[in-house]
Amino acid sequence: MDQTNSLPDKKIIASRVEDLPIRVVSPKIDILTRIRNIWVFRELLVSMVRKELRIKYKNSVLGFVWSLLNPALYLVIYYIVFQKILKNNVPLFAIFLLCGLLVWNFFSNALSSATTTIVNNAGIVKKVAFPREILALASVGAAFVFFLLQAIVLVLALLIFQVVPAVTYIWLIPFSLVALVLFASALSVALSAINVYLRDTQHLLELVLLAWFWATPIVYPFQELGVRLSQKHLLWLYFVNPVTVIVLTFQRALYAILGDSSGPILPNYSPMWYAVQILIVIAVSAILFVGALALFGRLEGNFAEEL
Amino acid sequence: MPAAIEIDDVSKHFRLYHEKYTSLKERVIHLNKIPFEEFWALKDISFDVDWGETVGLVGHNGSGKSTLLKCIAAILQPTSGEIRVRGRVAAMLELGAGFHPELSGRENIYLNAALLGVAKKDVDLRFDDIVEFSELGPFIDNQVRYYSSGMYTRLGFAVAVNVDPDILLVDEVLAVGDENFQRKCFDKVEEFQKEGRTIVFVSHSPEIVRRVCDRAYVLDHGMIVGEGTAPEAISILREYQAKGSGLASMIASMHEGEGDPNHPDNPSLTLIGDPEERVTVGQISVSFPSAPGTGYLSPGDPMTVKVSYEATRRISGVIVGIQLFDQKGDLVFGTDSDLMGLEPLDVDTQGELEFNFPTVPVSDGLFSVAVGFTSAKDQHIYDWQNQDLAFKVISMGKSSGYMKLDPRLVQNGEAVPYRP
Repeated sequence: MDQTNSLPDKKIIASRVEDLPIRVVSPKIDILTRIRNIWVFRELLVSMVRKELRIKYKNSVLGFVWSLLNPALYLVIYYIVFQKILKNNVPLFAIFLLCGLLVWNFFSNALSSATTTIVNNAGIVKKVAFPREILALASVGAAFVFFLLQAIVLVLALLIFQVVPAVTYIWLIPFSLVALVLFASALSVALSAINVYLRDTQHLLELVLLAWFWATPIVYPFQELGVRLSQKHLLWLYFVNPVTVIVLTFQRALYAILGDSSGPILPNYSPMWYAVQILIVIAVSAILFVGALALFGRLEGNFAEEL
Repeated sequence: MPAAIEIDDVSKHFRLYHEKYTSLKERVIHLNKIPFEEFWALKDISFDVDWGETVGLVGHNGSGKSTLLKCIAAILQPTSGEIRVRGRVAAMLELGAGFHPELSGRENIYLNAALLGVAKKDVDLRFDDIVEFSELGPFIDNQVRYYSSGMYTRLGFAVAVNVDPDILLVDEVLAVGDENFQRKCFDKVEEFQKEGRTIVFVSHSPEIVRRVCDRAYVLDHGMIVGEGTAPEAISILREYQAKGSGLASMIASMHEGEGDPNHPDNPSLTLIGDPEERVTVGQISVSFPSAPGTGYLSPGDPMTVKVSYEATRRISGVIVGIQLFDQKGDLVFGTDSDLMGLEPLDVDTQGELEFNFPTVPVSDGLFSVAVGFTSAKDQHIYDWQNQDLAFKVISMGKSSGYMKLDPRLVQNGEAVPYRP
């Protein structure tokens, strides 16, 4: 190359070199930079979520309707089994169940797909540079879109059964969603990185999620276990599980039946109590998220070799 | 002005597992005794790449050149050290990496650009350019899984070069695709050079490095063992190809000891050894006794390589070596006077040598010739020069393949006759 040829251009470059972003590749990148990188690549996050959705329903005739059929079927089956055959005494059991099930489906979908996402996307992880956390976050994002779709079923059910949500609690829903998404993101980021090194994680997660599901008051009312636990002063044990708080908020705000003649269903806490609980979950999740990013940063260095 | 890329004391440590245990059970069973070898894929690499430069990284397979490029691209993290890269980077390590087969070409353009960190509105502006460059036309809305590999590659390249990168990192990818596409790629690279963009280029093809790069670094076993203009770097690389890694480490150690980095005209190699005692290669010329003046050779024809040399004084115990390379830079043939079983040479201050090949049994291709002098006493290299595109072989279609062999066909013990 003729050096003199490129000189004028060099001057143009020189004038804007100071404005150019600097990317530092090093084993130690602080959390703030990581979060900033995720922000810079936010459009990628949107593209990735869109990709997940497109691919899931590509070549299927019913498309996203399939996502609605899943909770709808649950609704029918649980209604028949628990209300008609086993005759449990929870009124409008289908609505009660759906409140918790929606939250749970999001949580478990997000975690299961995030855990395998880095391994499944080995092709781009090995060949393209971008903040890898985006992959885990995209799994959470896709699960959230499915959550919104499935929420349509819940809204329809509320209309059909003419259930009136609790007005004084309904404002808690958006905050509880923030808490839920943050909590799921923290776990997803951590699990996605760990699974690269220990592929057992994905199988272990299935078992853990199964136990976690039954530890959360989704199928049975909170008070059924809550009353017994509080007699032994172990109620706090219930709230160690952040998903319980979110599920409870949903049930309290949308289902809104505290109990009937057959016994209590939901605890009679004030909206402020819920607000405080949700704030605690947000705070804990934020700390976990930072911890997850730190862990991810440590493990990320060898992704390309391990895959 | 800060450099475009600053590489600061970068090392990369790899563990090579003989067996990979990724399940918990296996890890527990093999706790503390997972067999692995440790090695340094990169060791204390430091250099800067200036704005508007095209820098090559050359070396054999396993020399660390691709690892270094991946570190610059932020795909791998170095174990220690730091790399600072300014501006937007487009890395072409594999064209179309990140394409999803289920999505259309159009959707993949947006997804791929997002992977490179480009905003959607910027892609909108360049969308037509990308489609035009990729030559996909109406197929852009088809699913990528129906694309041919050529279409796939073209689209990948089109996205990578149209995202307005300040720095382009290229790994071998220009070697793929048909001739027409290759020319297009090179045109684009030249255009980038004219626009003053910075390019880092990994290749083991001397042809491409010479054609594209201003400057190149030679890597061997994760260390930089030479740098210089593209031709200088290539001759250093050839040196390594010729003598294997034993010599590589020798040159590396001599390179460290020699130390006159302020002398820009001196490529590393000519500095090796005692400056009082030196043989240098002068002119290398190739002639074809059977077809003088044609400028090319038919397979199996004889060939003469004439080498003039100069020496600082009369030196005895000199070995002369010769090597032929094909266009990819692979060694086709190599020998030296010692291997041929000849007496060591005595050289005067001036002289000429001839290698007479009674037959050159290779098929079509362009070949390079390298000639060098080494000392019979301690194996050190006086000089090693190469002449690129020294000769051309054109076969008249009697056979295909790499070599020109001359089989006779015998049927039931009798030779099959030739056509009249």
